[in-house]
Amino acid sequence: MPAVTRTELVALIVAATDDVLDTIGDEARAPLDETTRLFGEGGVLDSMGLVTLVIDVEQRLNSRYALTLRLADERAMSRRSSPFRRIDTLADYILTLISEHHG
Amino acid sequence: MGDRPVAFVTGSRTGLGRALAEDFLRRGYAVEGCSRSPAEWTADGYVHHEADVTDESAVTRLVLDIARRHDRLDVAVNNAGGASMNHMLLTPVATLDRLLATHVRGTFLVSRECAKVMQHRKSGRIVNISSVAVPLRLEGEAAYGTAKAAVEHLTRVMAREFAPFGITCNAVAPAPTDTALLRGVPPHKIEDILARLALHRMGRPEDVVHVVAFLTQPASACITGQVIYLGGA
Ligand SMILES: NC(=O)c1ccc[n+]([C@@H]2O[C@H](COP(=O)([O-])OP(=O)(O)OC[C@H]3O[C@@H](n4cnc5c(N)ncnc54)[C@H](OP(=O)(O)O)[C@@H]3O)[C@@H](O)[C@H]2O)c1
Repeated sequence: MPAVTRTELVALIVAATDDVLDTIGDEARAPLDETTRLFGEGGVLDSMGLVTLVIDVEQRLNSRYALTLRLADERAMSRRSSPFRRIDTLADYILTLISEHHG
Repeated sequence: MGDRPVAFVTGSRTGLGRALAEDFLRRGYAVEGCSRSPAEWTADGYVHHEADVTDESAVTRLVLDIARRHDRLDVAVNNAGGASMNHMLLTPVATLDRLLATHVRGTFLVSRECAKVMQHRKSGRIVNISSVAVPLRLEGEAAYGTAKAAVEHLTRVMAREFAPFGITCNAVAPAPTDTALLRGVPPHKIEDILARLALHRMGRPEDVVHVVAFLTQPASACITGQVIYLGGA
């Protein structure tokens, strides 16, 4: 199993979110960190932005760490508190998936 | 990123899938194909994968492999699948499950994974293969027709959902065409179907190839969510 740290995951999600926001053309944004709200109230992404981010993060995880994860699985989509709320909740969710699938 | 456009055709071992793959090669595409059994033909620029379109991990791996080698995907054709002709009272539910899995689940999975790659370049073409069994509401094809009707619905919804990514989704519904799919169907049953079409003749693989080529041309960018029925169904 490839060793991925939480810090690396946060950096990967920050970079991916930056790319998505660049594509959308949102230039006047505050710097992103693990507390950044992604989606929902106060989130930086609309639903299309979130879709693009999920795909982008999946592909980065695959090309960088050879991980094949599906972030939008049944559990993620039906959770009361969505793992896609903030950068840190998404990083934690990915860590859980990695330990389940590749642990 | 390669200069050569890339097409992925499912069910390319035989029949219409093979004809489609060969036509994309003629038109300068690099072509990737799949079926559950090994390829029966080879060609320069063609790569065959042994993969079942109903297997989520296999589809994900295959599409990632295409993306890694070509860094692009221009066209995906959901062609894989079989049929079954039987009165519904004599149709085992396992037949329904199998047909829904290949046509609906397969088209869903392949399109989802391909669209993830296509959206990078904000451009892509998905073409699904339906059947005249849908508009003709063919008796004896309850399971098959239902699966293809679902494929048509999926085509129309995907057209809307993928439009923001520059991806068009259309379907082509062939008339009966002489491939392995029709072996085992009694000739009088095929005659009955042909009698209900405006053109009372068998379809040819070229008929399907022609429409797919048209839909995948750059100039067809504004055609999406459409189903083209052949033979005048
Ligand atoms: N021929 C007709 O009259 C007609 C009319 C209307 C619509 N269609 C549609 O046209 C499409 C192509 O059919 P065809 O006439 O060319 O028949 P075919 O010669 O039997 O081709 C079907 C192909 O799909 C592959 N396949 C089947 N299940 C698969 C799976 N689960 N995963 C991956 N590959 C799979 C088969 O290879 P393996 O067995 O090795 O997997 C085969 O290469 C089908 O969607 C069919 O419903 C055909």
